[in-house]
Amino acid sequence: MSKQAQHWEKSRGLLLITLAIWFIFSIGIFLFGAEMNEVTGPFGYPLTYWFTCQGSLGAFVILIFWFANRQEKIDEEFGFSERGDD
Amino acid sequence: MKGNFIDNLPKVYGIYTGGFLAFIIIMSIAEQMGMTAKTIGICFVAFTVAIYAIIGYLSRTAQADAYYVAGRQVPTVFNGMATAADWMSGASFVAMAGGIYFKGYGYMALLVGWTGGYVLVASLLAPYLRKFGCYTVPDFIGTRYGGNLSRFLAVVVLTVASFTYVTAQINATGTIASVALDIPFQYAVYVGLVSILLCSMLGGMRGVTWTQVAQYIVLIIAYLLPVFWISNKMGAGFFPHFMLADEVSRIAELEAQFGFVKNSAENLKEVPKGLAGITKAHSAVNATPWAFISLALAMMMGTASLPHVMMRYFTTPSVKAARKSVGWSLFFIFLLYSSAPMLATLSKLSLIDPTLSTGIIGKSIADVQAIDWYQNWNQANLMFVSDFNGNGTLELNEFFMGGKAVVLATPEIAGLPYVISGLVAAGGMAAAMSTADGLILAIANAISHDVYYKIIDPKAETAKRLVVARVLLVVIGFAGATIAAMEIQGILGSVIWAFDFAMSGLFFPLVLGVWWKRANKEGAIAGMALGLISGAGYLIWVRNGGSGFLGITQLTFGIFGSAVSLVAMVVVSLITSEPSAATQKMVDEVRVPSGKSILGKQH
Repeated sequence: MSKQAQHWEKSRGLLLITLAIWFIFSIGIFLFGAEMNEVTGPFGYPLTYWFTCQGSLGAFVILIFWFANRQEKIDEEFGFSERGDD
Repeated sequence: MKGNFIDNLPKVYGIYTGGFLAFIIIMSIAEQMGMTAKTIGICFVAFTVAIYAIIGYLSRTAQADAYYVAGRQVPTVFNGMATAADWMSGASFVAMAGGIYFKGYGYMALLVGWTGGYVLVASLLAPYLRKFGCYTVPDFIGTRYGGNLSRFLAVVVLTVASFTYVTAQINATGTIASVALDIPFQYAVYVGLVSILLCSMLGGMRGVTWTQVAQYIVLIIAYLLPVFWISNKMGAGFFPHFMLADEVSRIAELEAQFGFVKNSAENLKEVPKGLAGITKAHSAVNATPWAFISLALAMMMGTASLPHVMMRYFTTPSVKAARKSVGWSLFFIFLLYSSAPMLATLSKLSLIDPTLSTGIIGKSIADVQAIDWYQNWNQANLMFVSDFNGNGTLELNEFFMGGKAVVLATPEIAGLPYVISGLVAAGGMAAAMSTADGLILAIANAISHDVYYKIIDPKAETAKRLVVARVLLVVIGFAGATIAAMEIQGILGSVIWAFDFAMSGLFFPLVLGVWWKRANKEGAIAGMALGLISGAGYLIWVRNGGSGFLGITQLTFGIFGSAVSLVAMVVVSLITSEPSAATQKMVDEVRVPSGKSILGKQH
């Protein structure tokens, strides 16, 4: 398999993991919204309410930075990273 | 200052932020010395708009890549701020907290949808489109799939979605300008439009980028300062985001105590149009999972298809920077979005809790009608009380408010000085202007670059292309303002429609263009055309009394449109021949971050 194909395979793997985590925080937990809201979440808010206000939103921010770093590692591994910028 | 402009950005915007804070302090001193509320409002709006106009003038350019993609040198963090301003519109700033106030949990699907979409932007599209080196979104579609028809259809979808969106933004600038400057709405709309064009006309994307950063700083200060101030003044906690659990449960307690009494249709006739009462629980789960998830999903896929957001990532120096920049964008958006539910909580509690001095529920109707702020906002048609049951006291179901009032009136209700209301007006103006600029530019660039230059006159010189681009900018702006002046739809409804239109026509053609090599021209054409037509058809059907299916409403019609788009694109691609070897090689190239972009620097 060529270097390029291997790079793409790894990138696709990372995409699937990223989308799986995205699915949990954007769709998965809201399937059980009513049940989860009975539980007290962080800072004392009802749990589902907290996820809609802060939890899921924060998870997305962290997820994007994590994804960007992992993708950079993959690019470096195959020598595809760009030079000359931050 | 030494060095070039880009290196000095932190310093430039640091001084700008300091200057703006100093301006707020000067205004509050002026208020103490007796400056009238009206003058303060005018000063805030005029001062900030003048600054944006100066930035717009300083960013003027005669080069195509500066005009279309800001010279591809915008650093990640600053591009994040600009995207956040581009993204957060009048709807986010003025209407969102109001929506949460009235509808609670069910409405907060928008918070999840309008943030979760950025994960799709970062992982599926932005880095690859940046590598492609396109100027506009249709530029990618036209080059990847080939042919003028695919390019033209992409322009059509882009225009339908963005135009639906932009009329709402011009409407919002008009509303704020008319209140702050005290002029009739029909004229205020054009005042708003001229302010918008001042930012984008001379500098194109470069001008819009640097004004959007300035607008983000104004809007985030204008949103957060009142939230923190009110929270502290009410004794709810000095950091509201972490400390409002007691207030949230107190609201649930009060809701149980008052109950949600349903008003008769006859009584509701008395209530002015556009005002609503509290009819849904604040923090309890009050929507079915599918209603919540379908709305969130539609907003997420729409986010990834809206061209004015995507084109912001064409301005970063590299592919790597484009990815990081998406993260920064969402961080800056998160700062405002996570505060909106807190503002809704504070606003609601301060109005409905009878033990607070600001609470009005349980007071006598005559007392409420005598309150100063009630009279002001009643006059502005944003508040209304009526004694339906004739017992002389105000009940929860007898108090009505406009969605905008939550952001605009809460500072006054909580007893904050007027300077804060002026600041909020400037923030709302910044939010609506920055989004309108991004949208008008997206439409004008697509028509000038993709239709005029790529299809009609490929030999046109740069100077001529940029004249065409600017003329289109003005024409589209005026068309938008004219429709906005007719006040056909509300701000929020038309924003949500824009997302649905965009995802119906563009989501799968964009994503599959990168992720499915077998996708070809015929498939993309079918996907865009059938997606847009079926989405729009569904909307018209439901609007005219159609029952809909699978729980897809007029707010989520994009789910149907994009499903049709996906099926059409896959089926048609598979029954027609696979794309040429050159196209397949181009897709391979796009997937590698290093190396030259597909389209040249000047094209």
